[in-house]
Amino acid sequence: MPFTEAHFDAMSKIIARYPRSRSAIMPLLHYVQSIDGYVTEEGIETIAEKLNLETAEVNAVATFYTQYKRKPVGQYHVGVCTNTLCAIMGGDEIYKSLLEHLEIENDGVTNDGKVSVEHIECNAACDYAPVVMANWEFYDNQTPASAKNLVDAMRQGNPPAPTRGPNRLVSWKEASAVLAGFNDGLAGEGLQAGEPTLLGLKIAKGQSGEKR
Amino acid sequence: MSALTPVLSAFWDQKDSFTIVGYKRNGGYQAVEKALSMEPDAIIQLVKDSGLRGRGGAGFPTGMKWGFIPQGDNKEHYLVVNADESEPGTCKDTPLLLANPHVLIEGVIIASYAIRANHAFIYIRGEVTHVIRRVQQAIEDAYKDGLLGKNIRGKGFDLELLLHVGAGAYICGEETALLDSLEGFRGQPRLRPPFPAIAGLYARPTVVNNVESIASVPSIIDKGAEWFASMGTEKSKGYTLYSLSGHVKNPGQFEAPLGITLRELIDMAGGIRAGHRLKFWTPGGSSTPMFTDAHLDTPLDYEGVAAAGSTLGTKALQIFDDTTCVVRAVLRWTEFYKHESCGKCTPCREGTWWLVQALKNLENGEGKPEDLDKLLDLCDNIMGRSFCAFADGAASPIISSLQYFRDEYLEHLSTGGCPFDPAASTLFEGVGVR
Repeated sequence: MPFTEAHFDAMSKIIARYPRSRSAIMPLLHYVQSIDGYVTEEGIETIAEKLNLETAEVNAVATFYTQYKRKPVGQYHVGVCTNTLCAIMGGDEIYKSLLEHLEIENDGVTNDGKVSVEHIECNAACDYAPVVMANWEFYDNQTPASAKNLVDAMRQGNPPAPTRGPNRLVSWKEASAVLAGFNDGLAGEGLQAGEPTLLGLKIAKGQSGEKR
Repeated sequence: MSALTPVLSAFWDQKDSFTIVGYKRNGGYQAVEKALSMEPDAIIQLVKDSGLRGRGGAGFPTGMKWGFIPQGDNKEHYLVVNADESEPGTCKDTPLLLANPHVLIEGVIIASYAIRANHAFIYIRGEVTHVIRRVQQAIEDAYKDGLLGKNIRGKGFDLELLLHVGAGAYICGEETALLDSLEGFRGQPRLRPPFPAIAGLYARPTVVNNVESIASVPSIIDKGAEWFASMGTEKSKGYTLYSLSGHVKNPGQFEAPLGITLRELIDMAGGIRAGHRLKFWTPGGSSTPMFTDAHLDTPLDYEGVAAAGSTLGTKALQIFDDTTCVVRAVLRWTEFYKHESCGKCTPCREGTWWLVQALKNLENGEGKPEDLDKLLDLCDNIMGRSFCAFADGAASPIISSLQYFRDEYLEHLSTGGCPFDPAASTLFEGVGVR
């Protein structure tokens, strides 16, 4: 959609955060995704203009990073970790069963525009393997059945809350705004830590026999 | 049996551990008050004396890195925290920041003051929305509290701190690629020298430190270098986070003195998955050569792991049991390196592609025995022949797996395919949740 004055203001705010304007290119790309859902041509041109760069320079950056999408993704973008640890713990089977269930290919979107799926690399949650991300929120300890339930609920418009995240799953565009540096006020929601994160601490308290 | 030593994780079990109120209730931000009353050089010396070494993988002494920043040069200095945690298997900084972002911010203030930087950045990977929320909120709360901004705590020190969100590129965990990315370019490593301490961000003196390294600093200021150095081993001082994942009964985070062994950690994790035995594991992510059950008693410190032929890396202990096909595991890691190679250096860009082809053939039973030597030859032509250590990491799982499991590679050829059932490795095997 055409950018509004409010959008241009937000872009100026992003640029003003940095000592040198070019550093703002990544948050600006996240911001464009928060408006359009992906990096549009208009987005590239606007960023180039704002930063006094050639569009080719902005395209060069946008195409380097996998989180910048060049075509629309679903309202809920699902990433299944298929790096070695998660893959072997069951990620491969989860990924395969999700694509079959939704009848899409990798990076595909369901006909209703609700769900897209890609396989992703390690997402730093290996002690919660196999891990599924949705709009880059954690859905820990998944199985093929739980992942299918998750995407079914997304298509019905009522996905469950992330395992370690806010009380509701925000949309892809809303999450993109957070990545662009705009606080959505949800930081206080959700767990401070899951069980595996606390395992060593619990054992240590048992070891020392003291209550901290 | 080594005792665990929760310092960073000491109050993660409190519901509000991630808030400024929770952090202060547990003694947070007292180290800043103390540090801002010290001479910056005295802080650098204290961190040197503590023996703290980089927790991001390389293990370079943190205080020495800070000491490399030229002083009195009339240039801006920068502190950049590497929170781009992406090394396969590594999952320590992410839960740390989710549970307590303020300990990092406190460390950032102290480190910036020590190296005379008035501008600091936290470069966080983009695929962790809720962690980004927590860190963003923590920065805003620290500003409101006067811990960031102008004239912090009336001590005349100014510091601006900005959270910069990445966008899914493993290579940006490499410090010079990270700096290029932060400057608004494709994240590709730089040729060194000059090192970041001389010409880093915007060609100014810059310290790049891992999250856990910086988060360890407040405790050193609080309790002293001697306290820190009383933990760990001779050259690997202090406590650290070990992350256990994979085929153990209870995976998780364990904060222990450097030098604990995998045998001890697996015991605490409830043992290997019932009915199975340990087959292979990584001491510090996929880029560190793998170990086997022969290394259960190797001290997990920088020297102990190096003496046994690997590196401590990120202390990401990925555990695989006897149901796991090592060729499948290595192929998948190699596909990761092929995907994440930034493309700047030809040996890495082209070499990882060829490695995947050869490994795919082997996994599918379509290779030839001489392919094993070809793999090693390819690795030899990739390692040490590019700007950064990425290619060395790509070669590690291949070389080490051929060292320990050559027969298993050959078995794929004699049976004409993979002899393992992938379903048997899954955590939901036999649980009926398909």
